[in-house]
Amino acid sequence: MSASATTATSPRAGLDIPALLKDAALTAFVALILAIPLVGFETFDKSGSTSLGLRTRWGAVAIGVVAVFFGRLVMQVWRQTMLSAQPGQVPLWDRVAGSVPKVKLPFGPFLIVFAILVPILWSGNAYVIDIGITVLIYVMLGWGLNVVVGLAGLLDLGYVAFYAVGAYSYALLYHHFGLTFWECLPLAGLFAATFGVILGFPVLRLRGDYLAIVTLGFGEIIRVVLINWSDFTGGPNGIASIPRPSFFGMPFQAAAPEGKSTFASFFGLEFSPIHRVIFLYYVILALAMLTNIVTLRLRKLPIGRAWEALREDEIACRSLGINPTNTKMTAFAIGASLGGFAGAFFATRQGFISPESFTFIESAIILAIVVLGGMGSQLGVALAALALVVLPELGREFAQYRMLIFGAVMVVIMVWRPNGLLSSREPSIKLNPGKGG
Amino acid sequence: MSKRPLLTVDHLTMRFGGLTAIDDLSFTAMDGEITAIIGPNGAGKTTVFNCITGFYKPTIGRIALTHKDGREHLLERMDGFRIAQIAGVGRTFQNIRLFGSMTVLENLMVAQHNPLMRASGYTFLGLIGLPSFGRAEREAVDFARYWLDQTKLTDKADWPAGSLPYGDQRRLEIARAMCTRPVVLCLDEPAAGLNPRESADLNTLLLNIRDEQKIGLLLIEHDMSVVMKISDHVVVLEYGRKISDGTPEEVRHDPNVIRAYLGEEDVDELPPEIVADLKEEGIV
Repeated sequence: MSASATTATSPRAGLDIPALLKDAALTAFVALILAIPLVGFETFDKSGSTSLGLRTRWGAVAIGVVAVFFGRLVMQVWRQTMLSAQPGQVPLWDRVAGSVPKVKLPFGPFLIVFAILVPILWSGNAYVIDIGITVLIYVMLGWGLNVVVGLAGLLDLGYVAFYAVGAYSYALLYHHFGLTFWECLPLAGLFAATFGVILGFPVLRLRGDYLAIVTLGFGEIIRVVLINWSDFTGGPNGIASIPRPSFFGMPFQAAAPEGKSTFASFFGLEFSPIHRVIFLYYVILALAMLTNIVTLRLRKLPIGRAWEALREDEIACRSLGINPTNTKMTAFAIGASLGGFAGAFFATRQGFISPESFTFIESAIILAIVVLGGMGSQLGVALAALALVVLPELGREFAQYRMLIFGAVMVVIMVWRPNGLLSSREPSIKLNPGKGG
Repeated sequence: MSKRPLLTVDHLTMRFGGLTAIDDLSFTAMDGEITAIIGPNGAGKTTVFNCITGFYKPTIGRIALTHKDGREHLLERMDGFRIAQIAGVGRTFQNIRLFGSMTVLENLMVAQHNPLMRASGYTFLGLIGLPSFGRAEREAVDFARYWLDQTKLTDKADWPAGSLPYGDQRRLEIARAMCTRPVVLCLDEPAAGLNPRESADLNTLLLNIRDEQKIGLLLIEHDMSVVMKISDHVVVLEYGRKISDGTPEEVRHDPNVIRAYLGEEDVDELPPEIVADLKEEGIV
C-alpha cells in the first residue's frame, strides 16, 4: 500500500492531467467494448410473429461510456488529491475501516441483547424469527469452524460432514431408540467428535492445501454414504417426521397427548404455532451462546494458546514440547462436536433431513462466514453470518440478481478488509491489564 | 562443583541420500559449560543441532542426555516434541521462529504449555474455572516475568512478538526456550544480525544463564568474538567431521582449524599484517 501511495503522491505540485485523461479514456474504451454487446443490442418480441427482432441502442451505449469516462476521471482526481493532502497516508476507506475496531463500543453485548429481543420486537412475525434461527445456526457453525480454521489454522473444507453426523445422529437415534432431542443433543456432539477424531487421526500430519483436499473428500464421502446406504439412512429420501423438541416434556401442540399437558395449556395461553418457533429460536440462541462462552474460555486456556501457536509455527511448537498431533486433534474434535450440536438442532427444527442439506456449498458458506468475519474473531463471525443469511433474503425482490449481489458483497468485503470484518486480535493474557497493548 | 558430562554424542552420522552431512561425530558437552560448535558454512553444524533436538533422525549414532538425578535419555529414539517435553532440551532457531501475531507474554505462556495443561486438568477442569488453575497460571506469569526481566523485555510484554525489533526477537526466543525449564539450551547462531552492543549484551545473558541456572549451553556461532569470549569448550567441524576439540585457546592455535578457515596454502601466502589482523579478530 505504501509503495503505491508514494508513487501516486509524487506529482504533488499539480495533477498530471494528460495521464488522467489517458487513464479515463482507456477505461471508457473498455466500457465501450463491453457495452456494445451487452447494452448496444436488444431483442424484442415481434408482434404477431414468434421470432425475435433485434434493435440497437447506441444512445444508451454513448451515455454509459461518457459516464464511465467522467466517473473514472473524478475518482482518480479525488484519489490523488486525497493522497497528496496527507502524504504517506493510507486511502480514506482504509482509515475509516482501521478506526472501526478502535471505537470500543460494547458492540458484542449490544448484539446479544438485540438477539434476545428479536422474538419480542417481531412477535407474531414467524418469518423474521425463522430467519433469526437460520442466522443463529450459521453463527454457531461459524464459531465451531472458527475453532478449527481461525484458532488452530487447519483449513477444513468438509465441515458440513460433522453437521450431517449431528443431524443424522438425532434422526436415527429417535427412529431406532425413541430418544428425545434433549437426550440426543450431547450424543450428537459426541458422535461428531468421534468422527472428527477418526478423520483427524490419519490426516492431521498433512498441512495446508493437502489437509483441505482430504477434508473436502471426507465431506463428500459422508454425503455419498448417506445417499447410498438406503437401509440405514433412508438414502436420498432422507428421514422424515423427526419430532420437535419439548419444553421440559411439554410438547408444542394444539392437542395434548394422553396424560400430558401442552406448553400452551400449562401456561394458560391460547395455542399458537409461533410459540414453537420462538422456543426454537431461544434454544439455538442458548446453544450458540454456550458455544461462544466455551470458545472464549478455551482461547484463554493453555490448549487455546497452543492452537494459536500451532497456527503460527508448528516447528517452534515442537521445540517447546507441544504434541502437535494431539493438539490439532482436540481442535478438530471440539470443532466437530460443535458442528454436531448444530446438526442435531437443524434436524429437530426442519423435522426432515436428507443428504441434500449437506452438500459442499454448505461447507463453503460456513468457511466464507469465518473468513469474511475475520479468522479468530467471534463478533466478526456473528456479523458475517448475519450478512450472509440476511442478504440473500433481502435480495429476494431482485430475483435473478440475488446471487450476483451476494457475490459482489463478498468481493467488496474482501477488498475492503482483506483480513475479514474484524481482524484485530485480543491478547489472551496481559502482563499489565488495563494498559492498551 | 565437579563437571559431569551432560550431553554425549557418539559416532553420530547423518546421511541425506548420497550426501553425508555428518560423518562419525563424537563429542561431550559438560553440564554448566558453554560448548560452541563452529565451522565453515556447510560444515553440518545445524544438522547436528537438528539431530540433537529431534528434527532429524540420525542415520547412525547415539545421543545421550544425562540429567542431574542420573537419568539418561537417548535422544535419537525420541519424538521431536518429547525431547523438549521429557528430556528437557530447549532450542532457538537460526531464522527466528516466534509466534508473530501473539504477544511476547503469550509466547512465554505457550512455552509453559505442558505444566499448564496438567494444571488445567487437560482443559476439562480449567474450563470450569478451578482456582488451582488460576494459581498455576499466575505462577506461570511470574516465571515469564522473571525471564522478561532477564531479557529486558518487560516493557514490551503485551506487544505482538512480530512487531519487536530484531535484537529483541532474538532475546525473546531465548527467553521462550528458557521458559520450558531446559537442562540444556541449544542456540543456533544467537548473535547473527546483532550489532556489537547487542552482541555484548547477549554474551552477558548467556553467561548469566550458565552461572545462575546451572545448565549446559550448546552454541552454534559464526561470530568469533562471541565464541572466543564465552565458550568453555569448542568443537570445530569441517565437511561433517570433527577436526578439533578443546578450549578456545587450544582450538585457536590448532593448525587444522587455521587450514579449514583459510585454506592450506593461503596462510603462508598472506601478508603478515593481515595475519596479525586475523589474530586480533581471534580467527587464527
